[in-house]
Amino acid sequence: MGMSMESQFHVLAVDDSIIDRKLIERLLKTSSYQVTTVDSGTKALEFLGLHEDDQSNTETPSVSPNNHQEVDVNLIITDYCMPGMTGYDLLRKIKESSSLRDIPVVIMSSENVPSRISRCLEEGAEEFFLKPVRLSDVNRLRPHMMKTKLKDPKQDNEENKEESGKPVSRSLEEKEEQQQQHQQQQLHRLPQQQHSNSNKRKALEEGLSPDRTRPRYNGLTTVV
Amino acid sequence: MDGVVQLQKQLVDYIASLFHEGFLDEQFNQLQQLQDESNPDFVVEVVSLFFEDSERLLNELAKALEQETIDFRKVDAHVHQFKGSSSSIGAHRVQNVCITFRNYCEEQNVEGVEPWHRCLKCLQQVKHEYSLVRNKLETLFQLEKQIIAAGGSLPAT
Repeated sequence: MGMSMESQFHVLAVDDSIIDRKLIERLLKTSSYQVTTVDSGTKALEFLGLHEDDQSNTETPSVSPNNHQEVDVNLIITDYCMPGMTGYDLLRKIKESSSLRDIPVVIMSSENVPSRISRCLEEGAEEFFLKPVRLSDVNRLRPHMMKTKLKDPKQDNEENKEESGKPVSRSLEEKEEQQQQHQQQQLHRLPQQQHSNSNKRKALEEGLSPDRTRPRYNGLTTVV
Repeated sequence: MDGVVQLQKQLVDYIASLFHEGFLDEQFNQLQQLQDESNPDFVVEVVSLFFEDSERLLNELAKALEQETIDFRKVDAHVHQFKGSSSSIGAHRVQNVCITFRNYCEEQNVEGVEPWHRCLKCLQQVKHEYSLVRNKLETLFQLEKQIIAAGGSLPAT
């Protein structure tokens, strides 16, 4: 029962690329999260204890026979382009599952396709990161994970719902959560709009991002 | 300690030249920043994974282009992977030739020998850029080893 919340956050990372798994694992561990990496959507669902046949029928998480304890995952970050089950397919399965749908999901992709991004956000993804993912992206995960600690899973996503029995010291985090939710709602309604304050990295914003010291070249030939 | 200082300068200059010549980009800096005392070999580890994965992809690509009927979607899938992994480690020039390669794959509904020739040429370019950056990175790691062996520390990024 540690006072530090960071040490309790467990992230499941899904990517078919071994290099990207190594990268995301390091990024997440640098942020003091516990990390599990898998190389496919199928394995992710297995790990989460979800089986094809009992998706939306159960209220409680179905425990896989291989797990002796309930798997506690605070966030799932997944690549979009994977053979077999794509990150989008995985997102949908998670959102269709009554036991898993409250786990925040973040999508990563090496390709900047606005329609893809909107589709993922509309399906319930919290964020969409362009690869290569950086520490500044990973730093944005915390508020989403805080939500799962504060929220009653049966509750709807409404503002100003007070939780009974929550320690007073969390009120600052709740404010952050509400701000984040408000931002999320704005983003969900207006997927086409450029959000300079949300820091969603899209190719259009490449040259404007404050945390880059060198301009990024994307598809341009090198000038020597 | 003169020797170490010289080596350190050599390393800094070498890395700068790799950036200047476009072999590496900002992402490589990001990798270096993720390396610390608790993960002192992180960059070497990731880059080694990249080397292994690249060899595999180059083999797959060569095989795919040897087929009677070329499956361009398969070729494209491999190149997509290669583009992704090179981007993840900051191998900028490799990433660029992969992008060009993919553009060719996308126009592949044409019969005849021409598309195949272009793909082969692309593959050659990818191989070439890959072996260049591989040599550069191996040289870089060698320099780092020498510095550490001489009791020096690696310059901060």
